[in-house]
Amino acid sequence: MIKRLNWRVATLVSTRQETPTARTLVFDVPGWPGHLPGQHVDVRLTAPDGYSTQRSYSIANASSEDRLELTVQTVGDGEVSPYLTEVLEPGDQIELRGPVGGWFVWRPHSSPPVLLVGGGSGIVPLMAMVRSRGKSDTPFRLLYSLRDPGQLFYADELEKVMAGVEVAYLYTRIAPPDAGRAAGRLQAADLIAYGWPPETAPDVYVCGPTGFVEAAADLLTGLGHDPAKIRTERFGPTGG
Amino acid sequence: MDYQDGNALAGPLSEIFTLDVTVAQGTCAGCGLRGPLAGLHVYGAAPGLVARCPGCEEVVLTLVRGPKDVWLDMRGAVSLRIPVTE
Repeated sequence: MIKRLNWRVATLVSTRQETPTARTLVFDVPGWPGHLPGQHVDVRLTAPDGYSTQRSYSIANASSEDRLELTVQTVGDGEVSPYLTEVLEPGDQIELRGPVGGWFVWRPHSSPPVLLVGGGSGIVPLMAMVRSRGKSDTPFRLLYSLRDPGQLFYADELEKVMAGVEVAYLYTRIAPPDAGRAAGRLQAADLIAYGWPPETAPDVYVCGPTGFVEAAADLLTGLGHDPAKIRTERFGPTGG
Repeated sequence: MDYQDGNALAGPLSEIFTLDVTVAQGTCAGCGLRGPLAGLHVYGAAPGLVARCPGCEEVVLTLVRGPKDVWLDMRGAVSLRIPVTE
Protein backbone atom coordinates (compact mmCIF):
# COMPACT_ATOMS: atom_id res chain seq x y z
CA MET A 1 0.00 0.00 0.00
CA ILE A 2 1.49 3.32 -1.05
CA LYS A 3 0.84 6.33 1.13
CA ARG A 4 1.92 9.37 -0.83
CA LEU A 5 -1.08 11.62 -0.88
CA ASN A 6 0.96 14.60 0.28
CA TRP A 7 -1.91 17.07 0.40
CA ARG A 8 -1.03 20.14 2.43
CA VAL A 9 -3.31 22.54 4.23
CA ALA A 10 -3.00 26.13 3.05
CA THR A 11 -4.45 29.14 4.87
CA LEU A 12 -5.52 32.20 2.92
CA VAL A 13 -3.65 35.24 4.21
CA SER A 14 -4.70 38.02 1.84
CA THR A 15 -6.02 38.69 -1.64
CA ARG A 16 -5.40 41.22 -4.40
CA GLN A 17 -8.01 41.92 -7.02
CA GLU A 18 -6.33 41.86 -10.44
CA THR A 19 -9.42 42.47 -12.60
CA PRO A 20 -13.15 42.39 -11.85
CA THR A 21 -13.07 38.61 -12.43
CA ALA A 22 -9.62 37.57 -11.27
CA ARG A 23 -7.81 37.77 -8.00
CA THR A 24 -4.51 36.74 -6.50
CA LEU A 25 -4.71 34.59 -3.39
CA VAL A 26 -1.80 34.63 -0.97
CA PHE A 27 -1.56 31.46 1.09
CA ASP A 28 0.48 30.51 4.10
CA VAL A 29 1.63 26.91 3.60
CA PRO A 30 3.66 25.59 6.53
CA GLY A 31 6.54 23.45 5.29
CA TRP A 32 6.23 24.59 1.67
CA PRO A 33 9.41 23.26 0.02
CA GLY A 34 9.71 26.08 -2.51
CA HIS A 35 9.08 25.76 -6.23
CA LEU A 36 10.39 26.50 -9.70
CA PRO A 37 8.64 29.17 -11.77
CA GLY A 38 6.13 27.51 -14.08
CA GLN A 39 5.16 24.75 -11.68
CA HIS A 40 1.59 24.32 -10.55
CA VAL A 41 -0.43 22.98 -7.66
CA ASP A 42 -3.56 20.88 -7.53
CA VAL A 43 -6.20 22.47 -5.32
CA ARG A 44 -8.73 20.21 -3.65
CA LEU A 45 -12.00 21.38 -2.16
CA THR A 46 -14.16 19.07 -0.10
CA ALA A 47 -17.79 19.83 0.73
CA PRO A 48 -19.27 19.00 4.14
CA ASP A 49 -21.01 15.98 2.56
CA GLY A 50 -17.65 14.59 1.46
CA TYR A 51 -17.94 15.52 -2.21
CA SER A 52 -14.50 16.48 -3.39
CA THR A 53 -13.16 18.11 -6.52
CA GLN A 54 -9.77 19.33 -7.67
CA ARG A 55 -8.21 21.69 -10.22
CA SER A 56 -4.71 22.66 -11.28
CA TYR A 57 -3.51 26.24 -10.88
CA SER A 58 -0.22 27.78 -11.90
CA ILE A 59 1.88 29.33 -9.17
CA ALA A 60 2.24 33.10 -9.59
CA ASN A 61 5.00 34.07 -7.18
CA ALA A 62 8.72 33.43 -7.08
CA SER A 63 9.72 30.69 -4.68
CA SER A 64 9.28 31.76 -1.09
CA GLU A 65 9.35 30.01 2.24
CA ASP A 66 5.87 29.09 3.48
CA ARG A 67 4.26 31.45 0.98
CA LEU A 68 2.32 30.63 -2.14
CA GLU A 69 0.41 32.88 -4.53
CA LEU A 70 -2.15 31.78 -7.10
CA THR A 71 -3.99 34.07 -9.49
CA VAL A 72 -7.35 32.65 -10.40
CA GLN A 73 -9.70 33.78 -13.15
CA THR A 74 -13.37 33.11 -12.59
CA VAL A 75 -14.76 30.61 -15.07
CA GLY A 76 -18.48 31.34 -15.35
CA ASP A 77 -19.85 27.84 -14.90
CA GLY A 78 -16.79 26.66 -12.99
CA GLU A 79 -17.05 24.54 -9.90
CA VAL A 80 -13.90 25.67 -8.13
CA SER A 81 -12.80 29.05 -9.49
CA PRO A 82 -15.84 31.11 -8.31
CA TYR A 83 -15.26 29.76 -4.82
CA LEU A 84 -11.63 30.85 -4.91
CA THR A 85 -12.30 34.27 -6.43
CA GLU A 86 -15.50 35.23 -4.62
CA VAL A 87 -16.08 33.14 -1.50
CA LEU A 88 -12.79 32.23 0.17
CA GLU A 89 -11.80 34.71 2.91
CA PRO A 90 -8.58 35.27 4.84
CA GLY A 91 -8.29 32.60 7.50
CA ASP A 92 -10.09 30.00 5.38
CA GLN A 93 -8.24 26.83 4.49
CA ILE A 94 -7.96 24.69 1.39
CA GLU A 95 -5.95 21.58 0.54
CA LEU A 96 -3.27 21.59 -2.08
CA ARG A 97 -0.74 19.23 -3.58
CA GLY A 98 2.52 20.32 -5.08
CA PRO A 99 4.57 21.87 -6.40
CA VAL A 100 4.22 19.60 -9.43
CA GLY A 101 5.39 19.62 -13.03
CA GLY A 102 9.00 19.65 -14.15
CA TRP A 103 8.50 20.41 -17.82
CA PHE A 104 7.00 23.87 -18.11
CA VAL A 105 9.59 25.44 -15.82
CA TRP A 106 12.34 27.98 -16.20
CA ARG A 107 15.49 27.26 -14.25
CA PRO A 108 17.06 30.55 -13.25
CA HIS A 109 20.60 29.31 -13.99
CA SER A 110 19.86 28.68 -17.67
CA SER A 111 21.48 31.18 -20.01
CA PRO A 112 19.67 31.50 -23.39
CA PRO A 113 17.34 34.47 -23.84
CA VAL A 114 13.79 33.78 -22.76
CA LEU A 115 10.67 34.44 -24.79
CA LEU A 116 7.39 34.35 -22.90
CA VAL A 117 4.12 34.34 -24.82
CA GLY A 118 1.00 34.52 -22.70
CA GLY A 119 -2.68 34.71 -23.57
CA GLY A 120 -5.16 35.93 -20.95
CA SER A 121 -4.61 34.26 -17.60
CA GLY A 122 -1.78 32.33 -19.25
CA ILE A 123 0.31 35.20 -17.94
CA VAL A 124 0.34 33.63 -14.46
CA PRO A 125 3.19 31.09 -14.71
CA LEU A 126 5.09 33.48 -16.98
CA MET A 127 4.88 36.14 -14.28
CA ALA A 128 6.37 33.63 -11.85
CA MET A 129 9.31 33.36 -14.27
CA VAL A 130 9.65 37.15 -14.53
CA ARG A 131 9.53 37.44 -10.75
CA SER A 132 12.10 34.67 -10.34
CA ARG A 133 14.49 36.28 -12.78
CA GLY A 134 15.65 38.75 -10.16
CA LYS A 135 19.05 40.11 -11.04
CA SER A 136 19.85 37.34 -13.50
CA ASP A 137 21.59 38.38 -16.73
CA THR A 138 19.18 36.35 -18.87
CA PRO A 139 17.27 38.78 -21.11
CA PHE A 140 13.49 38.30 -21.14
CA ARG A 141 10.88 39.34 -23.65
CA LEU A 142 7.24 38.97 -22.74
CA LEU A 143 4.38 39.10 -25.23
CA TYR A 144 1.15 39.46 -23.31
CA SER A 145 -2.00 38.95 -25.34
CA LEU A 146 -5.17 40.20 -23.68
CA ARG A 147 -8.66 41.14 -24.73
CA ASP A 148 -8.65 44.74 -23.52
CA PRO A 149 -6.85 46.94 -20.97
CA GLY A 150 -9.36 45.96 -18.28
CA GLN A 151 -8.11 42.39 -18.36
CA LEU A 152 -4.55 43.27 -17.39
CA PHE A 153 -3.10 41.30 -14.48
CA TYR A 154 -0.20 42.62 -12.38
CA ALA A 155 -0.61 46.11 -13.86
CA ASP A 156 1.42 47.97 -11.23
CA GLU A 157 4.26 45.52 -11.32
CA LEU A 158 4.48 45.28 -15.10
CA GLU A 159 4.32 49.05 -15.44
CA LYS A 160 7.57 49.51 -13.59
CA VAL A 161 10.50 49.32 -15.92
CA MET A 162 12.35 46.10 -15.23
CA ALA A 163 15.90 46.09 -16.57
CA GLY A 164 16.35 43.15 -18.89
CA VAL A 165 12.62 42.48 -19.28
CA GLU A 166 10.80 43.90 -22.30
CA VAL A 167 7.01 43.69 -22.26
CA ALA A 168 4.72 44.04 -25.28
CA TYR A 169 0.94 44.15 -24.85
CA LEU A 170 -1.07 42.65 -27.66
CA TYR A 171 -4.72 43.66 -27.31
CA THR A 172 -7.06 41.40 -29.22
CA ARG A 173 -10.39 43.31 -29.01
CA ILE A 174 -9.90 46.84 -27.69
CA ALA A 175 -6.52 48.56 -27.69
CA PRO A 176 -5.86 51.82 -25.83
CA PRO A 177 -5.18 54.80 -28.13
CA ASP A 178 -1.45 54.77 -27.40
CA ALA A 179 -1.01 51.03 -28.02
CA GLY A 180 0.84 51.48 -31.30
CA ARG A 181 -0.74 48.35 -32.66
CA ALA A 182 -4.28 47.75 -33.89
CA ALA A 183 -6.35 45.32 -31.84
CA GLY A 184 -6.12 41.81 -33.18
CA ARG A 185 -4.94 38.31 -32.55
CA LEU A 186 -1.30 37.35 -32.23
CA GLN A 187 0.44 37.33 -35.60
CA ALA A 188 3.84 36.35 -36.92
CA ALA A 189 4.61 40.07 -37.26
CA ASP A 190 4.20 40.44 -33.48
CA LEU A 191 6.65 37.66 -32.79
CA ILE A 192 9.12 39.23 -35.19
CA ALA A 193 8.68 42.72 -33.76
CA TYR A 194 8.66 41.86 -30.05
CA GLY A 195 10.19 38.38 -29.76
CA TRP A 196 13.67 37.00 -30.27
CA PRO A 197 14.86 35.88 -33.69
CA PRO A 198 15.18 32.08 -33.99
CA GLU A 199 18.97 32.41 -34.48
CA THR A 200 19.31 33.45 -30.84
CA ALA A 201 17.81 30.07 -29.86
CA PRO A 202 15.63 31.38 -27.04
CA ASP A 203 13.88 29.21 -24.51
CA VAL A 204 10.22 29.75 -25.37
CA TYR A 205 7.29 29.36 -23.00
CA VAL A 206 3.75 29.66 -24.29
CA CYS A 207 0.75 29.57 -21.98
CA GLY A 208 -2.91 30.29 -22.52
CA PRO A 209 -6.13 28.79 -23.82
CA THR A 210 -5.68 25.83 -26.13
CA GLY A 211 -6.46 27.74 -29.34
CA PHE A 212 -4.02 30.52 -28.45
CA VAL A 213 -1.24 28.07 -27.61
CA GLU A 214 -1.75 26.10 -30.82
CA ALA A 215 -1.67 29.27 -32.92
CA ALA A 216 1.37 30.71 -31.15
CA ALA A 217 3.34 27.45 -31.36
CA ASP A 218 2.54 27.13 -35.07
CA LEU A 219 3.62 30.71 -35.75
CA LEU A 220 6.86 30.20 -33.82
CA THR A 221 7.81 27.01 -35.65
CA GLY A 222 6.81 28.70 -38.91
CA LEU A 223 9.34 31.45 -38.15
CA GLY A 224 12.04 28.85 -37.66
CA HIS A 225 12.06 28.32 -33.89
CA ASP A 226 13.11 24.83 -32.88
CA PRO A 227 9.98 22.96 -31.71
CA ALA A 228 12.10 21.28 -29.03
CA LYS A 229 12.74 24.71 -27.46
CA ILE A 230 9.05 25.61 -27.28
CA ARG A 231 7.32 24.54 -24.08
CA THR A 232 3.60 24.93 -23.77
CA GLU A 233 0.94 24.90 -21.12
CA ARG A 234 -2.67 24.86 -22.21
CA PHE A 235 -5.75 25.55 -20.20
CA GLY A 236 -8.15 22.75 -20.88
CA PRO A 237 -11.89 22.50 -20.51
CA THR A 238 -11.53 21.84 -16.80
CA GLY A 239 -10.02 25.19 -15.88
CA GLY A 240 -13.12 26.00 -13.80
CA MET B 1 -12.53 18.77 -28.35
CA ASP B 2 -10.52 20.86 -25.91
CA TYR B 3 -7.62 19.34 -24.03
CA GLN B 4 -4.83 20.11 -21.59
CA ASP B 5 -1.12 19.38 -21.82
CA GLY B 6 0.46 16.41 -20.16
CA ASN B 7 1.64 18.89 -17.54
CA ALA B 8 -1.74 18.23 -15.94
CA LEU B 9 -0.64 14.65 -15.24
CA ALA B 10 2.09 15.80 -12.87
CA GLY B 11 -0.09 15.98 -9.78
CA PRO B 12 -2.02 12.73 -10.26
CA LEU B 13 1.17 10.84 -11.20
CA SER B 14 3.04 12.26 -8.20
CA GLU B 15 0.80 10.08 -6.12
CA ILE B 16 2.39 6.90 -7.47
CA PHE B 17 5.85 7.89 -8.77
CA THR B 18 8.64 9.45 -6.76
CA LEU B 19 10.11 11.17 -9.83
CA ASP B 20 8.28 13.71 -11.97
CA VAL B 21 7.34 11.42 -14.86
CA THR B 22 5.99 14.25 -17.03
CA VAL B 23 9.58 15.04 -18.10
CA ALA B 24 10.16 11.42 -19.19
CA GLN B 25 10.47 10.84 -22.94
CA GLY B 26 7.78 8.46 -24.10
CA THR B 27 7.54 6.62 -27.40
CA CYS B 28 4.07 6.26 -28.89
CA ALA B 29 3.07 2.71 -29.75
CA GLY B 30 0.88 4.05 -32.54
CA CYS B 31 3.24 6.22 -34.59
CA GLY B 32 6.61 6.04 -32.85
CA LEU B 33 6.67 9.73 -32.00
CA ARG B 34 8.97 10.49 -29.08
CA GLY B 35 8.41 13.32 -26.65
CA PRO B 36 7.89 14.23 -23.02
CA LEU B 37 4.71 13.09 -21.33
CA ALA B 38 4.18 16.81 -20.67
CA GLY B 39 3.52 17.16 -24.40
CA LEU B 40 0.67 14.67 -24.53
CA HIS B 41 -2.90 15.87 -25.06
CA VAL B 42 -4.91 15.19 -21.93
CA TYR B 43 -8.67 14.85 -22.06
CA GLY B 44 -11.05 14.70 -19.13
CA ALA B 45 -10.51 15.71 -15.52
CA ALA B 46 -9.35 13.93 -12.41
CA PRO B 47 -10.23 11.29 -11.33
CA GLY B 48 -10.23 10.01 -14.95
CA LEU B 49 -7.64 11.21 -17.46
CA VAL B 50 -6.90 10.05 -21.00
CA ALA B 51 -3.61 11.14 -22.57
CA ARG B 52 -3.24 10.97 -26.32
CA CYS B 53 -0.25 11.27 -28.65
CA PRO B 54 0.07 14.79 -30.12
CA GLY B 55 1.13 13.19 -33.42
CA CYS B 56 -1.50 10.53 -34.10
CA GLU B 57 -4.02 11.05 -31.27
CA GLU B 58 -3.80 7.40 -30.23
CA VAL B 59 -4.32 6.81 -26.52
CA VAL B 60 -0.91 6.61 -24.83
CA LEU B 61 -2.04 6.27 -21.25
CA THR B 62 -5.10 6.43 -19.08
CA LEU B 63 -5.09 7.16 -15.38
CA VAL B 64 -8.05 6.56 -13.13
CA ARG B 65 -8.01 7.38 -9.45
CA GLY B 66 -10.49 5.28 -7.50
CA PRO B 67 -11.18 5.43 -3.79
CA LYS B 68 -8.92 2.46 -3.13
CA ASP B 69 -6.45 2.35 -6.01
CA VAL B 70 -4.89 4.13 -8.93
CA TRP B 71 -5.28 2.37 -12.26
CA LEU B 72 -2.61 3.28 -14.82
CA ASP B 73 -2.95 1.83 -18.31
CA MET B 74 0.10 2.53 -20.49
CA ARG B 75 -0.62 0.30 -23.46
CA GLY B 76 0.06 3.13 -25.90
CA ALA B 77 3.61 3.73 -24.73
CA VAL B 78 6.42 1.54 -26.05
CA SER B 79 8.87 2.87 -23.51
CA LEU B 80 9.58 5.65 -21.07
CA ARG B 81 13.03 7.20 -20.84
CA ILE B 82 13.36 8.85 -17.48
CA PRO B 83 16.13 11.36 -16.79
CA VAL B 84 17.93 10.73 -13.52
CA THR B 85 20.85 12.32 -11.73
CA GLU B 86 23.57 10.59 -9.75
